[in-house]
Amino acid sequence: MSTQTDKRRPYVRSVDGWWKRDPYYMRYMAMEATSVLVAAYAVILLVGLARLSQGEAAYNGWLEALKSGPSIALHAVILVVFLYHLWSWFKVMPKTMPMIFVDGKKLPPETITYTGVTLAVVVNVIVLIILV
Amino acid sequence: MKRSNAPLVWSLFGAGGMLAALVGPALVFVTGIAVPAGILMSPDLMGYQRMAGFAHAWPGKIIILAVIVLFLWHAALRIFHMLHDFGIHAGTGAKLVCFGLPLLCTIAAAYWLLAL
Repeated sequence: MSTQTDKRRPYVRSVDGWWKRDPYYMRYMAMEATSVLVAAYAVILLVGLARLSQGEAAYNGWLEALKSGPSIALHAVILVVFLYHLWSWFKVMPKTMPMIFVDGKKLPPETITYTGVTLAVVVNVIVLIILV
Repeated sequence: MKRSNAPLVWSLFGAGGMLAALVGPALVFVTGIAVPAGILMSPDLMGYQRMAGFAHAWPGKIIILAVIVLFLWHAALRIFHMLHDFGIHAGTGAKLVCFGLPLLCTIAAAYWLLAL
C-alpha cells in the first residue's frame, strides 16, 4: 500500500490478502486466477500459429517443444484449470444471466448450473470424438 | 455522451468464457497432452501438412482465430479486474497492458492466418 505522507494520518484499511479471509472469497479468486493459464494456453497456440506461418521446419520445432516433459506437465495443470473454469463458469451463470421464469417460478440456480455443465461436458466429448 | 467500449469487451469476455468451457478442456488435452505424448491420438493429427491445410481454408482460419482471440480477451478482462482485487490502481498503464497486449495478439493472429 502507498506510504502515508498526509499530516492527518487518516486510517486506511489494508486490502492485502482480503480474499484469504473467507472460503467464498478464495473460490472467487481461484475462478479469476484461471484466466492466467487460459491466457498462457492462448499464447502457446498463438506461437504455434506464428511457427506454422513460417514453414514446416519452424512448426516442427514448436511440435518438438510440446513433447518435452515440462510442456506436458504444464498442459496437465492447464487442463485442470480449464476443468475448474468449466465448473465455475456455470456455477456463477445463474448470477450473470437474466432470470428465467418457468410456470411463474424462477428457474432454480442448480438447474442452470447443471444444465450448463452437462452441455459443456457433451460438447467437449464431441470435440474429442471428432479429433480421435 | 462518450460511447463506452465496455459492452464490446464484456461480449468478448462472455464469448471467450463460454468457448473455454465448451471446448477448452478437450483442446488442451489433445494439443498439449494426447498428441505430444502419443496417447490415444496419432501425432499426424497435428502434422504440418494437416495443420497448414486446416489454416489455409476459411472455416479453419475462423476456428483458430476464435479460439486464440476469444480466450485472450476473456483472460484480459479477468486479469484487469484481478489487479483491482489485489489493490493495484487500474489506471491508464494497466489498461494499456491488459487490453493493448490482446489487441496486438489479435492483429498478429489475423496477420499470420491471412499469410497462410
